[in-house]
Amino acid sequence: MLVTIRDVEYVAKLARLEFTEEQKQRFTEDLNGILNYVEMLNEVDTENVEISIGAYRVENALREDVVKDSFNRDSLLKNAPDSQDGFVKVPKVIE
Amino acid sequence: MEFEAIIGLEVHAELSTKTKIYCGCTTEFGGEQNTHCCPVCMGLPGALPVLNKEVVTYAMKAGLALNCEINKETYMARKNYFYPDCPKNYQITQDETPLCKNGYIEITTEEGTKKIGIQRIHIEEDAGKALHREDGTYVDFNRSGVPLIEIVSKPDMRTAQEAKMYLENLKAILQYTEVSDCKMEEGSLRCDANVSVRPKGSTEFGVKTEIKNMNSFKAVEKAIEYEIKRQIEAINRGEKIVQETRRWDEAKGETVVMRSKEEAHDYRYFPEPDMVYLVVDDEWINNVKSTLPELPDKKRARYISEYGLPEYDASILTSSKALAAFFEDTVKEGASPKDASNWIMGEVLRTLNDREMSIEDIKVQPKHLSKLIELINNGTITGTIAKKVFKDMFETGDDPEKIVNEKGMVQISDENAIRDIVNKVLDENPQSVEDFKNGKTKAMGFVVGQVMKASKGKANPQLVNKLVEEELQKR
Repeated sequence: MLVTIRDVEYVAKLARLEFTEEQKQRFTEDLNGILNYVEMLNEVDTENVEISIGAYRVENALREDVVKDSFNRDSLLKNAPDSQDGFVKVPKVIE
Repeated sequence: MEFEAIIGLEVHAELSTKTKIYCGCTTEFGGEQNTHCCPVCMGLPGALPVLNKEVVTYAMKAGLALNCEINKETYMARKNYFYPDCPKNYQITQDETPLCKNGYIEITTEEGTKKIGIQRIHIEEDAGKALHREDGTYVDFNRSGVPLIEIVSKPDMRTAQEAKMYLENLKAILQYTEVSDCKMEEGSLRCDANVSVRPKGSTEFGVKTEIKNMNSFKAVEKAIEYEIKRQIEAINRGEKIVQETRRWDEAKGETVVMRSKEEAHDYRYFPEPDMVYLVVDDEWINNVKSTLPELPDKKRARYISEYGLPEYDASILTSSKALAAFFEDTVKEGASPKDASNWIMGEVLRTLNDREMSIEDIKVQPKHLSKLIELINNGTITGTIAKKVFKDMFETGDDPEKIVNEKGMVQISDENAIRDIVNKVLDENPQSVEDFKNGKTKAMGFVVGQVMKASKGKANPQLVNKLVEEELQKR
């Protein structure tokens, strides 16, 4: 078994997700199934293969340093769950 | 037991590009909240980040100025964490492939020149600003997406002073290359420190703590000093150092543990799927190299060899690009390097320090400082008067010639006029005449001072000396 229920709980916590015991059990099984399948890749010798970050090799999609108009604030703030005085407002967080 | 400290610094510098790293919004500081924003820097779903070419150029410029190798092929990475100032819930940064690596900065210690290694420099985006109010946290995303370079030093520093020197040199280099304006008060330069201690002679590292929230170089120095002392005392009491993040409390002058986040740091970095490989070729690198200005080290050496300045003066004058430019412009306007240096090291910096201003804010123009020096050298005004004229120049930015003429500060070189003052002073101070006759030559100094005072500093000092002696002999 590659993944235990502890791993599922840990990843769920990192992702701020809450699951029932039943769901955790199911995800453990599902993830093991997926990882076992992907394990096949370990049979390939990748000694001299460079890391690939995508299916296609694309380089240098770059932009010139030219200022563009920003968006209208009201329209942007409509995407936030709450806003006040031009700020996005969220439940209080303290470091 | 004797201990030594191991210090490494992580510096974030905002780049001076016009636009943000992944979108075309302006990087201008200030602005009403959330007015320099778009779906990319607000982290809205479906927005596509596109890398600003100039960010790569600026970061390479910093890397080359800091003696780094350039990684010709790199890619961006996602660093995952939850905090309201980063609404995507990940920061796009570089992980395994920093753009620059293996550089160094030289600092001058009592034992000579020391190289402080730079492990890496990578590019990334800044986060927004969170304001914590009674009824909730308010977020402004104007700063979100402003380009940063993170410069990570090797753990090569051993004292808080070395750390401060490293920072000062780093700041000067970033300013010289115009990569960043390095304004700590606007947050465009920020510094975290990693500190550990170990018995002297040991080669293993001790457990380190990370210190945050230091808002000036002085604070960095004080915080590191405090932390070293704290760790040594803890070890001497038999306690174990815990790996933790501590916050510098400026008011209390101590570091305090930051409430550790609920989970251990697990950022789960992975290659950013919304972006592509970044490949820089020799042509690009060489173009950047050709734009590098004369850096502080070279400039300092040139001031010593070409201008004959003492090493200390040369170090101060080259400590900031603006100060070096002010000095060079003053010399270009005709002042001798020695005079220009003396005035800048003296009145100029002293007045700036008194007012807590920096050279960028000065009203005095280099050509006017040069003219002031000329007015002294050609005998128009005395050195004492020059200091008064300078005070006026500092307030108004006026031409010294104008100030001297309007306020009647021209030096008195008329022998008869000075002789009259001398005799008046001698008449008023018979005790001094008596003392002089009894061989107390000190009395002469007193009389000279009184004459200068009576002339409001305008009498030619050489003439005053000569005439006081003559008149004293006569009595």
